[in-house]
Amino acid sequence: MRHLLFAAAALAALASPASAETIAITGGKLVIGDGSAPIEGGTVVIRDGNVVAAGAGVAIPANARTIDASGKWVTPGVFAGFSRLGLSEVDAVNGTNDKSGGKSGFSAAIDVAPAIDPFRSPIAVNRSAGVTRAVVAPEAAGNIFAGQGAVMDLGSDSDAVTKARVFQFVELGENGAAAAGGSRSSSHLLFRAMLREAQDYATGRNAFDDELLRAEDAKALQAVLRGEQRLLVRVEAANDILRVLELKRDYPAIKMVLVGVSEGWRVADRIAAAGVPVIASALNDLPATFELLGATQSNIGRMKDAGVKVSIGMIDDRDSHQLRYTTQYAGNLVSLQKVPRATGLSWDEAFAAISSGPAEAIGMGDRIGSLKAGRVGDVVVWDGDPLELSSAPVAVFVDGVEQPLGNRQNRLRDRYRTPQEGSLPKAYEH
Amino acid sequence: MTGRFRWSILAAPLALIACSNTSEAPKSASADAPAEKPAKLNKDPYPSTYKPYPGVATAIRNVTIFDGEGGRIDNGVVFFAGDKIQSVGGPDTPIPADVAVFDGNGKFVTPGIIDIHSHLGDYPTPSVDAHDDGNEATSPTTPEVWAEHSVWPQDPGFSRALANGGITTLQILPGSANLMGGRSVVLKNVYARTVQGMKFPGAPYGLKMACGENPKRVYGARGRMPSTRMGNLAVNRQTWIKAQEYRKKRDSGKDYTRDIGMETLAGVLDGDITIQNHCYRADEMAIVLDMAKEFGYKVSTFHHAVESYKIADLLRENGVCSAVWADWWGFKMEAYDAIPENAGILQNAGACVIIHSDDENQIQRLNQEAAKALSDARRMGFQISDADAIRWLTYNPAKAMGIDKMTGSLKPGKMADLVLWNGNPLSVYSRPEKVWVDGALLFDAADAKRRPVSDFELGQPGEGDVK
Repeated sequence: MRHLLFAAAALAALASPASAETIAITGGKLVIGDGSAPIEGGTVVIRDGNVVAAGAGVAIPANARTIDASGKWVTPGVFAGFSRLGLSEVDAVNGTNDKSGGKSGFSAAIDVAPAIDPFRSPIAVNRSAGVTRAVVAPEAAGNIFAGQGAVMDLGSDSDAVTKARVFQFVELGENGAAAAGGSRSSSHLLFRAMLREAQDYATGRNAFDDELLRAEDAKALQAVLRGEQRLLVRVEAANDILRVLELKRDYPAIKMVLVGVSEGWRVADRIAAAGVPVIASALNDLPATFELLGATQSNIGRMKDAGVKVSIGMIDDRDSHQLRYTTQYAGNLVSLQKVPRATGLSWDEAFAAISSGPAEAIGMGDRIGSLKAGRVGDVVVWDGDPLELSSAPVAVFVDGVEQPLGNRQNRLRDRYRTPQEGSLPKAYEH
Repeated sequence: MTGRFRWSILAAPLALIACSNTSEAPKSASADAPAEKPAKLNKDPYPSTYKPYPGVATAIRNVTIFDGEGGRIDNGVVFFAGDKIQSVGGPDTPIPADVAVFDGNGKFVTPGIIDIHSHLGDYPTPSVDAHDDGNEATSPTTPEVWAEHSVWPQDPGFSRALANGGITTLQILPGSANLMGGRSVVLKNVYARTVQGMKFPGAPYGLKMACGENPKRVYGARGRMPSTRMGNLAVNRQTWIKAQEYRKKRDSGKDYTRDIGMETLAGVLDGDITIQNHCYRADEMAIVLDMAKEFGYKVSTFHHAVESYKIADLLRENGVCSAVWADWWGFKMEAYDAIPENAGILQNAGACVIIHSDDENQIQRLNQEAAKALSDARRMGFQISDADAIRWLTYNPAKAMGIDKMTGSLKPGKMADLVLWNGNPLSVYSRPEKVWVDGALLFDAADAKRRPVSDFELGQPGEGDVK
């Protein structure tokens, strides 16, 4: 049965890629996603897969299918700022888990794109929760460089990768130290040495020492060195953050984004001054490791107040299955506004932190994350405040195509709505 | 994040020898015992030294009350004094003079939140190897270990659970590497210098058991039994047979050698110790229910019961609770069929629902997890009230742990364990404003001093921060 279900879903998706139509979603509480206040009774128009216009008083094209969203919220799809979506079906079942390729001996060259599988069930589950696009990062193993990450969409078609090799991911906190031989001294040394080798590789094959990194890894690092591919750097502790900002001074061409950054509030002014964007864990507040001693849920709010360009990601936190937590996490940051001495985000800031914020951090803000002309037609219509626990999407569009909202979990739910067996075993209810 | 890895263990040499017997009888018990009879067993050799902290008689009026047993009072009054709830009712409920009165306009009161499944203390933060004290993974059955002997009272997690989650009571369990993992301990969420100072007075012990993947993987990987689910059952059944024999010997009046593991299992057969059984799959739960009948014990609660919805009728008929997450799934094979409507289907079928955490982060927002489960239930058309969802976090876990006569609902005479929320606790925008344990105000969001800071965090970055 399960195989049949998957096979049927796969066939449907491959056979009928619904063509993008002209759609006008009207009457809803419209959220642009750029941090501006929601617009009551706004309209968003999508044509050929892209947003044409969004706002109040937008003209509705004559040929548009009109969707009445009165009493509902209309937002950009949630953009998961950091994930391993599409890389795993069942985490503890090795054959289905493609998060790390570290045992291959490769590092920076690893590219998640061929491993991203749009038919894995977490795609449909998270799509039905309003997540339409995600940053997908490889997991480091055996090296500080984990490899190249992608941006994917959660559409129900067979082409999930929006853009491959968007960024390189490197671990320079505790994980990085462990991977580099046991200390931050060695991780920083390895970082510098690998980049130097990559430069040597670029200037001439003869000078290249392939004991430190393979040719493929050296090739992959070229785009990082030239600033054509962003470098996402995982750090948590205040000191690690400062030392990475120093590295940035030595490699001015590198476009860095900090990831994790649980103690960012302690050095927020320095991050802001460096102009480095941050994709942070929203709710870390425990000293899970010694690099998280200062972790607090007020971290993002404090960084924001200090002028850091900060958004939300799920970093090593249910990163392949539960991107649907993203809205809940953003809502929690809003809740902090009512807590004495805490620093949260306004609702508008919180939604931007899960839509345009991460898109801008990775350099794709002109294409995704907000409802502005020219952006991808990722739109979600919600039956209530999208950050509230009682709300859910009633319609999801990816690249302007309306998406099915069913998933494997719904099928189980429907089969067992009444748990007792009837005149035939449950296996015949499908 | 770390919850599902709780069963992961270090590849340490198996140098320890489990189950060292001792025949030494406790002094106090033996003093009065007749010489020819075995010493009377001291069932409480590590007794609670917890005492309620001082509180002031307090009334909260004009507040929305969820009483924990499914009741809701709008514009209500809660009055507590002398560490007990005195009265709960509508706007006309009398408030004595000379008591502290809070206006609860726009706010909500619930009983203190209870987490039936926590590893605070035995897997504390920082989560360093030296703190891995939750799994005695040296033998598939270790009923002789007691979680309280692993609990580190300085775990910073207790403070987060109090301040962000309104947790006032929690059960600390051994991990699930073993079929029989050891005794649980029920704690008041109150920092103390010793674990005895946290122990919930009069709470029964629980025995942690585990089905499925974890025990068979941990021991199968070492080439020993169990390596299969059938092996799991066989080892369990052989052990219960030994427990029955031990109990017979114990009750025979003749001399016998004490065995602290067997004492725990005999305590289960006596009905004194509750069974807290980690079990994901519906088919395995059904087998465990038969095993319980075979040996004459009762399962209180299946934990991580992600497939309970498939057998909600069976669980209702057997009076067994399901402690569940709202929506965890897919992290391992036996969690593959988890659905967010699990709690809703159980509730609709009349079975007992508990929302649990098994996680130092989600214990800080069990109210939100209940809200998600409630929302998913309503979306499939089930009529479940907000007050019923609050019961999943209060009365139901109290009952499953055998402490419902003392806490878990706002009824006169019960412990004054309660949370004042700054909005509906089922909203993402609400947080605890004040938390009382036995009538003592132990968290106040408005008072930087009225929040606990563990020894570990003293002098560290962020000491006393809002967290």
